[in-house]
Amino acid sequence: MLTKRIIPCLDIKEGRTVKGTNFVDLRDAGDPVELGAFYAENGADELVFLDITATIDNRKTLVELVKQVARQVNIPFTVGGGIGSIEDVSALLNAGADKVSINSSAVRRPGLIDELALQFGSQCIIVAIDTRFVEDIDWVHTHGGRNITSLKTIEWAKEVEQRGAGEILLTSMDTDGTKAGFANQLTAEISSNASIPIIASGGAGTMEDFYDVFTLGKADAGLAASIFHFKVIEINALKNYLAKKGIPMRI
Amino acid sequence: MNIAIIKYNAGNVASVMYALDRIGAKYTWTDDEKVIQAADKVIFPGVGEASTAMAYLKEKKLDQLIPTLKQPVLATCIGMQLLCKHSEENDTDCMGVFDVNITRFQSNTLKIPHVGWNSIQARGTNDLMKGLNETEFVYFVHSFYAPVYQDTSATCNYVQPFSAMLQKDNFFAAQFHAEISGKVGQKIIQNFLDL
Repeated sequence: MLTKRIIPCLDIKEGRTVKGTNFVDLRDAGDPVELGAFYAENGADELVFLDITATIDNRKTLVELVKQVARQVNIPFTVGGGIGSIEDVSALLNAGADKVSINSSAVRRPGLIDELALQFGSQCIIVAIDTRFVEDIDWVHTHGGRNITSLKTIEWAKEVEQRGAGEILLTSMDTDGTKAGFANQLTAEISSNASIPIIASGGAGTMEDFYDVFTLGKADAGLAASIFHFKVIEINALKNYLAKKGIPMRI
Repeated sequence: MNIAIIKYNAGNVASVMYALDRIGAKYTWTDDEKVIQAADKVIFPGVGEASTAMAYLKEKKLDQLIPTLKQPVLATCIGMQLLCKHSEENDTDCMGVFDVNITRFQSNTLKIPHVGWNSIQARGTNDLMKGLNETEFVYFVHSFYAPVYQDTSATCNYVQPFSAMLQKDNFFAAQFHAEISGKVGQKIIQNFLDL
């Protein structure tokens, strides 16, 4: 049976792992290569590395980091942050990333999704959508949730799939950092209308939150950061808990 | 040992190379007929679309070389599909090492592509799953599949049972990505290198 995936997210700043609450107040949670290898050994189904301070200067550092991770890690991993061109994607995939995640650049120029899917295949193109509920509607946001766009989240999710995204990483800025649970209603609505997998992100605080996002939220994967980095929840224990409650898991 | 990874236009093979690095195996990434023929083991990986991949292999005449290889060959993902007879993906005639046709998953309830970790079950002779359990989890990403038939050496269930692995003479194939399938994938690659 196809299992639901548990994905730790490693936010990277200048080669180190960080995680903030609502993307401010950053804290250091270790070396990304070591941490990634640790997670791969301890039940993670996949890893996401997000370069949160992506600049041109940092690109080479990121590519080097990706090479180190690829040498160590034997599960799929995704790299995101500041990716805006075919050249960026090519460099990261050649360095050993299995997938890349694009966000603001896709909002700026949606045709980029089509181009990347054609060039590299949909399977390695994740479109990350940051969403926030404003005046009764879920709107796509960019720049770590700071800037609202004119795109409605539900419509944008459909569009990115049509353009060739292989998966959607949906982060709710309303729940992110709150540890009060995922945005299950929105996740379910998007997942029910999509043929591609939805990775839910933002708000995980307890094991039950993951159970809810897989049942109520109909998510294909659940992503979290700080609760894993600070060992509030251990991935193997989480997967055993979910398996006991009937969620298909790779144990 | 001398391993040749076949170089063609289907996707990214960096993860395959890193997987071999982790095992400590040396390899050459090549489309040179002589180098491929002289190798002890041949790996035919790839992700991509069937018709463009076949067109490239034909241009390089690799479509004639690959089926005649005598050393152990491991094909993964699109590599496996290209070793079958025909693919429904853009109506593509493939190399026909495995006498089975590739078709697309059809479902109103399950998502397509099939993405993620799913369990496989060994079936009949399976030299690459030696030392593993009957049932193991591996990582899949695909929309097209080979049905279960006589050369199926492992099955997986998504929409319906399909071939997760094929084995015939010196040809071994996996629909999943052994190179990123954790310890299980590593063992499968190791078993292939140990043949």
